[in-house]
Amino acid sequence: MPKREALAVGLAAVVLVVVLPLCNALPADAPFAVSNFTLNLFGKFLTYAILALGLDLLWGYAGVLSLGHGVFFGLGAYAMGMHLMLEIGAKSVYQSALPDFMVWNQVTALPLFWKPFHSVVFTLAAIVLVPALFGLAFGYLAFRSRIRGVYFSIITQALALSAWLVFNRNEMNLGGTNGLADFKTVFGFPLNRPGTQRGLYAVTALTLVGAYLLCRWITLTRAGKVLVAIRDSETRVLFSGYSPAAYKLFVFVVSAMLAGLAGALYAPQVGIVTPAKIGVLPSIEMVVWVAAGGRGTLYGAVIGAFGVNWIQSWLTTSYPDLWLLFLGGLFMGAVLFFPDGVVGALGRLLARARRVVTRRRERATRDAPLLSQATRGSIRPSSSDE
Amino acid sequence: MNSSIIYLEDVTVNYDGFKALSHLNFFMDRRELRVVIGPNGAGKTTLLDVVSGRVKPETGRVIFGHETDLLPLRENDIARLGVGRKFQTPSVFVNLTVWDNVELSLRRASKGVFAALRRRDPEEERERIARALETVQLAAKAGSLAGTLAHGEKQWLEIGMVIAQDPELLLVDEPVAGMTDEETARTGGLLETIAADRSVLVIEHDMEFVRQIARKVTVLHQGTVLCEGPVEQVQSDPRVLEVYLGRRREGADAVH
Repeated sequence: MPKREALAVGLAAVVLVVVLPLCNALPADAPFAVSNFTLNLFGKFLTYAILALGLDLLWGYAGVLSLGHGVFFGLGAYAMGMHLMLEIGAKSVYQSALPDFMVWNQVTALPLFWKPFHSVVFTLAAIVLVPALFGLAFGYLAFRSRIRGVYFSIITQALALSAWLVFNRNEMNLGGTNGLADFKTVFGFPLNRPGTQRGLYAVTALTLVGAYLLCRWITLTRAGKVLVAIRDSETRVLFSGYSPAAYKLFVFVVSAMLAGLAGALYAPQVGIVTPAKIGVLPSIEMVVWVAAGGRGTLYGAVIGAFGVNWIQSWLTTSYPDLWLLFLGGLFMGAVLFFPDGVVGALGRLLARARRVVTRRRERATRDAPLLSQATRGSIRPSSSDE
Repeated sequence: MNSSIIYLEDVTVNYDGFKALSHLNFFMDRRELRVVIGPNGAGKTTLLDVVSGRVKPETGRVIFGHETDLLPLRENDIARLGVGRKFQTPSVFVNLTVWDNVELSLRRASKGVFAALRRRDPEEERERIARALETVQLAAKAGSLAGTLAHGEKQWLEIGMVIAQDPELLLVDEPVAGMTDEETARTGGLLETIAADRSVLVIEHDMEFVRQIARKVTVLHQGTVLCEGPVEQVQSDPRVLEVYLGRRREGADAVH
């Protein structure tokens, strides 16, 4: 990792993992205090950032656009949600060991596939492995058949739609349209206690840092270069002796696991998991985060996920009618005017500013010939072209 | 047949009724530099597609080296066996540096994902990359993005990448299309250097270039071999003249 990036990541990690929770632990009227609401909101944004990292690895590096990552987010969120539902136990409204929605639906015994979710270990494994296995099966079939480009995107969108339909059905015993909610505790810690939420936030922030380092490591290895090569010329990769399908499958599964992890961290912090998080629209929103932040950089994805959702939470409370217009405008803008996102646009601005400065300095040296000898060596040509 | 590097027997490729190759028999010796010519639609590129695994023929046999049957193998497996392919339009990784382009192409024991996540013998690799870049005279541009190279340089980079693959058989599709005379001459020299210790199969339209590099020429016509032999002999063969003359005048000029 370049030194500058390592420094920035380290700094961001300290702020996100240590400083923010500390500020939250301060009394509410202290300067720099961070409210429980804000910390909880940030926690949610950070889960989105974890998902966006995986999506960027897949789209920004390997050039594979998935419009169905809501499904993997949902699988992780439901796996966690099922455990949280079982933790409620008899403290539910109907005081039955069964989740409330099962009582409404006149289900008398816990369905078999719910039972293992009593176990914490099983749940923790399922959070990552269920999305991974599903991604492996889906990706294997799609990539082996050499489905690529826009066709792959359309199939993932169909996947998001069908998963949404399936999760909405009451017969699935997953709470139907209402999903899973009213969680009371997470691994024994009461969710209504600020300390628990602070802990969840800290775990999320740590996971984000870990996910970032994992993704960066992948991009720095030869495998990461193969991913970029696949985006540039899949045929050349194939005729260089690599199987593009295997590499795409690998990165698809990694991104599915990160999405599942993100979903699992989302569930206890937001307190509700519904099919609305799985469908076509949320899946496209996830792509917009990455596009708006800047593809193929990793930090762009994090900035995009954080920024877009921050604006969303502000707009939906202050100007609720504007949000969808803004989202649409953002997508069009990202496609038409800043294809490399905020990060890329800022980078280009910076490069232009640097060029102007260099040119000015050159002009100054030309006007003062005596000085030119002394400064010629120090003028560096602008290294980043558009 | 024991010394052949590639051997095709009775190969037919059918594209929805159009026979791109029709009962083609073709073989090449080891360390041979062979040029395949023929009018458009004669099946030249399809021949390369069949050997490199991109197209699976309807009938026939394709044997690499002593006895490796290429038909059940995928493109990447055939590439790893030792068949390199240079495409007609330059196909390089434009968002990677020239160095990385060659690094990815290097022949290695495994090209799987998990091998690519691990580090390995960087010193030895660096030497091989540098050598390939020197052969194609791109060492000075090792750090540039491949996308910033000129057309001719991209072609050479791709040749360098295929050299790095260390193939026993190199398939080259119209390497000098769109090149200046000077670039063409340099490319010809490059191919002759490569052919010193491996087999090279070149498809070409440019007869000037064919005369420069070819020892033995195969003329394809309507998916089968029309004739085969030294350049001078092929050029004066009445069947070849007819094929080219019957189609267009400048084709005839090119053959003379």
